Parts: sequence; C-alpha cells; structure tokens
Amino acid sequence: MSKLSEKTATLLSEGTVKMIIGYEQGTERPRPAFCHTPEDCKLLIFNDQCSSNLAVYLTKKEIIGEDKIGVVGNYYVIKTVIQLNRENQINLENLVLMTVDGDDVITLGNIDEMQQYVDTHEPVPNEKVLAAIEKIDKMSRSERWEYWKSELSKCVRCYACRAACPLCYCNRCVTEVNCPQWIEPWAAPLSNMEWQINRVMHMSGRCVGCGECAAACPLELPIGILTKKMGTDIKNTFGGWKDGSVLSTYNVNDKENFIK
Amino acid sequence: MSNNIYIPYVMVVDKITVEAPGVKTLRLRFQNEEEGNKFEFKAGNFAEYSAFGEGECTFCIASAPTRKGYIECTFRKAGRVTSGLDRLEEGMTMGVRAPLGNSFPLDDWKGKNLVFVAGGIALPPMRAVIDNVLDRRDEFGDVTIVYGAKTVNDLVYKEELKEWEERPDVNLFATVDPGGETPDWKGKVGFTPNVLGEVAPSSDNAIAIVCGPPIMIKFTFPVLEKLGFKDENIYTTLENRMKCGIGKCGRCNVGPMFVCKDGPVFSKVQLNALPPEF
Amino acid sequence: MERLIIKSDQIHTWLAKIIETVPRVLAPVKTGSKAEFREIKDANSVAYDTLTTTSSVKASAFPNTETLFAYEKQGTDTKIYDVAEENFLDTVIWRARPCDAVGFGPLTKIFNWDYKDKLYNERFSRLVVVSFACDKADGCCFCTSVGGGPGNTAGSDIMLTKINDKETLVEVLTDKGQKLIDLCKDCFTKADDSIDKESVLAQVPVRFTREQIHDKLAKAFESPIWKAQSERCLGCGACAFVCPTCACFDIQEDAHGNHGRRVRCWDSCGFTLFTQHTSGHNPRPTQATRWRQRVMHKFSYMPDRLDIYGCTGCGRCSRACPVDMNIAEHLTNIANNE
Repeated sequence: MSKLSEKTATLLSEGTVKMIIGYEQGTERPRPAFCHTPEDCKLLIFNDQCSSNLAVYLTKKEIIGEDKIGVVGNYYVIKTVIQLNRENQINLENLVLMTVDGDDVITLGNIDEMQQYVDTHEPVPNEKVLAAIEKIDKMSRSERWEYWKSELSKCVRCYACRAACPLCYCNRCVTEVNCPQWIEPWAAPLSNMEWQINRVMHMSGRCVGCGECAAACPLELPIGILTKKMGTDIKNTFGGWKDGSVLSTYNVNDKENFIK
Repeated sequence: MSNNIYIPYVMVVDKITVEAPGVKTLRLRFQNEEEGNKFEFKAGNFAEYSAFGEGECTFCIASAPTRKGYIECTFRKAGRVTSGLDRLEEGMTMGVRAPLGNSFPLDDWKGKNLVFVAGGIALPPMRAVIDNVLDRRDEFGDVTIVYGAKTVNDLVYKEELKEWEERPDVNLFATVDPGGETPDWKGKVGFTPNVLGEVAPSSDNAIAIVCGPPIMIKFTFPVLEKLGFKDENIYTTLENRMKCGIGKCGRCNVGPMFVCKDGPVFSKVQLNALPPEF
Repeated sequence: MERLIIKSDQIHTWLAKIIETVPRVLAPVKTGSKAEFREIKDANSVAYDTLTTTSSVKASAFPNTETLFAYEKQGTDTKIYDVAEENFLDTVIWRARPCDAVGFGPLTKIFNWDYKDKLYNERFSRLVVVSFACDKADGCCFCTSVGGGPGNTAGSDIMLTKINDKETLVEVLTDKGQKLIDLCKDCFTKADDSIDKESVLAQVPVRFTREQIHDKLAKAFESPIWKAQSERCLGCGACAFVCPTCACFDIQEDAHGNHGRRVRCWDSCGFTLFTQHTSGHNPRPTQATRWRQRVMHKFSYMPDRLDIYGCTGCGRCSRACPVDMNIAEHLTNIANNE
C-alpha cells in the first residue's frame, strides 16, 4: 500500500479525522474521492493529472458537517485554503491539509506552512493560455468584442464554471436573483458575456488560478483566459495575491489610471 | 387564440380587496367575453397568474366555479411576481392560464358532513370549495369550518367570514393564535389544531379537508385521527415550486406524482404513499 | 423498410444536394478537441472522425432559449403575440447517432403528456433524422443496457452503416427519409440481402437492464447509496444540458419597459434552487436528494407515468461531468446492490 493510503487510513482509524477527501482513478482521468473508512483509502492516488480543486467541498456543509476532515490536495487546493481562510469560510482547526511530494505525504499544519509551500512550488504557467492572451491583447477593441461574443454565444449557462470554482460559494448567485434581475438567466450572447464578466469581476484578487472553471466547461470555452488575464491585471495594478484581497481592501495610494 | 398552451387569457382587474397586511384579492374578468363564457373550472383547480413584465405565479382559483363571470385569486406579496400583481390597479390587465390541476371530488361527498380546517393564507383554496358547497347546500350534510390565523388582522375574507358566521347551516369557528386577539375579538383563541380538538366534529359519515402551512397540517392530522377520521376521508392540497403548471418543466414532482397534474388535491391515502419530498 | 447501398464517394454528393434543398442542415462540426452539432452550409464541414458530439441535438426541437410569446402593454391593455411560423424550419439532422435519434422519444412524450406543446411539435415535425450507426464505442457508452444499440433504428428516418471503405448501407425507415433519398436517386443502388449490418457494429457490453434498475429503485428512496454516489457532484447543469432526453425548463420574462417576451430556457434538477419555495423551504435540500431525483425520474417515474425510459445510454453526461459522475458506473452499482 502506498504511503498516501497508509497515512490517510491511519488518520481515519485513529479517529483524528472523520473523512478524507482526495483523488481516485476515474473513467479517463482522476476524480475527487471521499474516504469514510481506512479501507476506502486504498483507492487514493496522486499525480499531475489530479486537477480538481478539492477545496470546492470545504464550503459544503452537507459534505463536511462540523467534523474534522483531511484533504490531500494539489498546489491549488493549498492556495485556495489560504484564500478561504482569509474570507472566513473555513475553520482551520477542523482541517488536516496534506499534499504529496514524490512518495511522501506532507502535512501543512498552519497558514505559514501553507504559504511557504505555495511560495516555493508555483507551477509552470500554461503556455497555451499565455499565447491566447497575447493574441487577444493584440486585437483591437472591436475585434475583441467580436471574439468574445462569438465564443460566449456558445455558452449554454450550465454553470459548471461556477460549480467547479471553490471560491464561488454564494448561497444565491447573482444570476439567481430575480428582484432585481441583474443578469438575464437565459442563454443569449450578451447575457452570457454579462455572466462571465460578473463571474470574473467577483473573482478579482481572489482567484487562485487553478483553471478548473475552464476545465469544467463542457464546451471548452476559453474562460480560463479571462481569469488568468484578470489575475495579471490585478497584480500589475494593485499588487500580488499574497498581499490581500483586492475587493475588500482600500489603500489611498491605489492607482486609478484605468478611469479614462 | 392559437393552441399555444403557454399563452394566458388576458384578464381585467375588476376589484381589489385588501384582506390583510400584504394580502390582496383580485377579482378578474375575461377581457374576451366569449372566452369568459366558455371558461369552466372545478374547486381545487389552480392557475398561473401573469404580471406581464415580471412573470407567472401559482395560486389556487379562490372563487367557486358556481359563481360565473369572474375568478378570484388571493395572494401575499412576497417576491418579484407577487409584487407585480400587487402594483396592479382596477382596470389594468394581467394574464391567467387556467384551469390547471385536479379538483376536490365534490360529487363523492354528497350526503356527507364536511369539516374544513384551514390556516392563514391557506383559506383561499378552501374558500373555492366551501362556497361551491354552500351553492349546492342541500347536497351535503353538516358544514363545519375551523379557520385560524396568527392575529385578527391576518384573517382573510373577513366579510365572507361574517356571512358564514351568520348562516344557520354553517358552524364556523374562527380562531387566532394566543396573543393575536384584540379586545373586541369574539372568536376563539388557540392554535387551529387545538381548536379543532375542542370543537371535536364527529367523524361519522364525514370528510375532512385540511389546508395550511406544513406545521399546521403536521399537528392537525393526529387530531383528525383521534377523532376517528379514516385516511381515505381526509383531503389536503400540496404546494410545490411550479413553472409550467402542466407537467412538462419537471419541477413540482413528489416522487412519481406531479403536484400540477396529479394534485394539488390529494387524499391522505395518496399522501401516505408519497415519498418525503415536499 | 428499404435497404440501399450508397458508394462512399457519393455520400458527399448526396449531402451537398440536401444542403442545397433543405433550409437547415445540422451536423457534427469540430470545435476545439471535440465536436458539436452546428448548422452547415458546406458538405466538407462534417466531422466524421469523432465518436459523438458533446451536446445532444435536442436543441433542434427544444432550443436552449425559446420565445413562448411576446406581449405589449398599451395603456391598461395588453396585447399578446404568438410565435410566428417562420421560426420553425425544416431541418435535416445529419450524422446523428442512434442514441440521439431515440432520445426524441421521451422528449415527444413529455411535451405531449395531456397538453400538446405546439412549439416543440412544430419543430419536431420538421426534423428529418439521418443517423450513422456506430462502429466504435467508448467507456461511457451503454446504449445496449437501456434497450438500444449501436445500430438501433428507432427514431431515425434514415440510418447509414458503413459496411466497408467503399460501401455504406442505407436503411430508409420513413416517408420523410424517402424524400431525402429522392433528392439524389442516382446515388443509390439496391442492397444485397447478404449485407450484414450487425457484423460491423461496435461491441457495447451489456452492464445491466432497465428493468433491473426500475425494480431496485422501487425500494431505494431512503437508501444511503444516493449520498455515497453524489458526494463529488458539484450541482452544475452540465449533465442535464448535454442529455438528449432531459427536458426540464425554466420560464422567465424578458421585459423591456412596456413590451417583452416570455421565454423558456433549459434548467436542471441538479441546481440547488430548482425546487426551492419562495419561503425558503426546499424539498430537495441536498445534492444527494437531487441526484436521486435525476436517476428516479429517468428510470422509475418516467417509465411508470409515460411508459418510456428517460435514458438512451449515450454517455454524454458522464463525458461532460467535471467530476466524472459516470452514470453507467452508478447504474451498474445500483443494479448490483442492496
């Protein structure tokens, strides 16, 4: 049995945690796994195909309840835990956060250790996404409008992007408010654009860049480009993600040169 | 008029009555008289009421089918569509898709004693069947009505309640929750299920019809059981979130039963067979 | 039913003729690494090398967003405008799969259950479905477990089965199909009786039967299996939206001051707020209860009320799901358990 399975099974059998959330092999690729017994842990795997952002389950009370649980996540899961903690959405005392390095299971016992890990293990940027951003940056405003209208007119508003994102945890999403109706809930080119703009805006300074929104989209719409670009813009204008949530902090020295 | 089942009848608001804080009754007539003359429905049917520009909302038809020339709906202002209906003035138009759903099996109840138990804003569906019964009074036995609301102000159909009170062939017991009475309140004080227990109508040759918020129903059923009412003689109405009202949008089912088609009227026997999904 | 042969190089000619004649032709077109049904104007646009499309082709009869009627407030009056005939186009669906064609069955039943949905019927009656039998299947396919198969002709007007590199079997199943054949009579010759369709079809192992599932579900309402299976479900609408038989919809108002239209748009029983009352009460408050609804609706309620199952075994839901809720896996689990 792998060290991962052993370690997680022990946490369960000793009663340290009530459940382990990790990855198991799915039909074509890994998928989230929920281990309730030490036996279940035999199925756990960890490799670079394990991309789901497991932190999405940490704000679902019906999954985690009030119990202490263990999570074996990837880089982005750890980064998300830090963000969720900033936003007071999780109780770190009820979490045993782990990751796998080679064969070994590493436990990140506190925020500093998590931040340390995130600082030293940043993944290589996705070349395809960067290339796409470069291409769009070179477009004129009207070309960009046409590009996004054309892409987003295919959107069917399944909200897989929202569901896969661990930071989209609102009980009632902005699109689910009908009084006033901020965004039309039916699929149409303009309202689809409004939805994506809103989604990305609500991620400003919070997005950890896991790209699960784009991975979840069944139609392969290029929405990961939007969050990536937003992240870069925020960094250039207001400072890095590490420095705090842009949406909820204000500094007198904040640039306002985008107001024209 | 095309055969597009989503297109409502255009109705004119003839009269608006403020029943209670936040609660209104709209008396509606068909803009197209011919359509109005052809229109028929049964007590228990519901409708989808449109506030054009806001959307549709589901309520029962609160008036009796024996009263021609209009239909009525009673609603509480709670969200977008009900706010739109609330803004209507007499003479304005709105829409109705009706009749939808099933109805109370009145013909099966001929010769029987009827016990109606209702709470708060659940009197509207009952009023349709009560008035229907009163319009066919000799076909039925005793009529007992136990109706309660939180406070005196929250009682709906205050005029109608007076009429029912004054009829010698109707036993009306109106009640308000403890603390909801006013100094000049002459009715009972107590939760509806408790008052029902006090009144203790006989279950002999009787049918009980219960409408109210889930909590009231929960406490009323045991009282009826104690009084000897069998499940096949107890009827209620269910509510669920609805959109199409005609069994297509897939939203209102409780197990295999669609509240919009197999309901909203259910007997307790049918209710017992439903999974706990409402 | 007529059996014809079309030579492989004639298929393009025939399709070109169809495109010339019919107002709208929908076919699988490459989109990124996958394929989707799109309107084609050129016979070369068809993606023949993909197994199947991400989304089903139900949008041809039941669009994602559809006008129910338009209204205009004039003073205190309201005028209503029905949907115009021009909105309903004669359409050929080219290279549907058997699991797409058979998907129209449950949809038609739902939209005609007592109340006849004119909008659906107008669109559906104008469809001609040309399906291509499958010589390959993947790990998500399970048509043979739900009364279907890679060569199942139910719901198709014409079915094409590639026999070898040179010849394709053409089964003409309806009058509508015959009309399409007539557009290019020279393209076809009579098929010999010896042509064996079954021998070229994909092997799709049977994992369970519908009756097995139906019977297990009769006692499964309170089972812990729903929570166990749905733990990873994120509650998005991907599965419902790509499914050929899912018909749940929302009704909304597209209001612009005095005028507007009432629209219907796809919805999913998997969404948290799908059944939530205005009061805040939700009869299906957990993902487990919503997953149960999905399976029960397709394999228990629909067969009981409409005499038809709500699943064609196409596997689209499983492929589209961000967390691999492989429905065949779950159903096999249900069939073999408790």
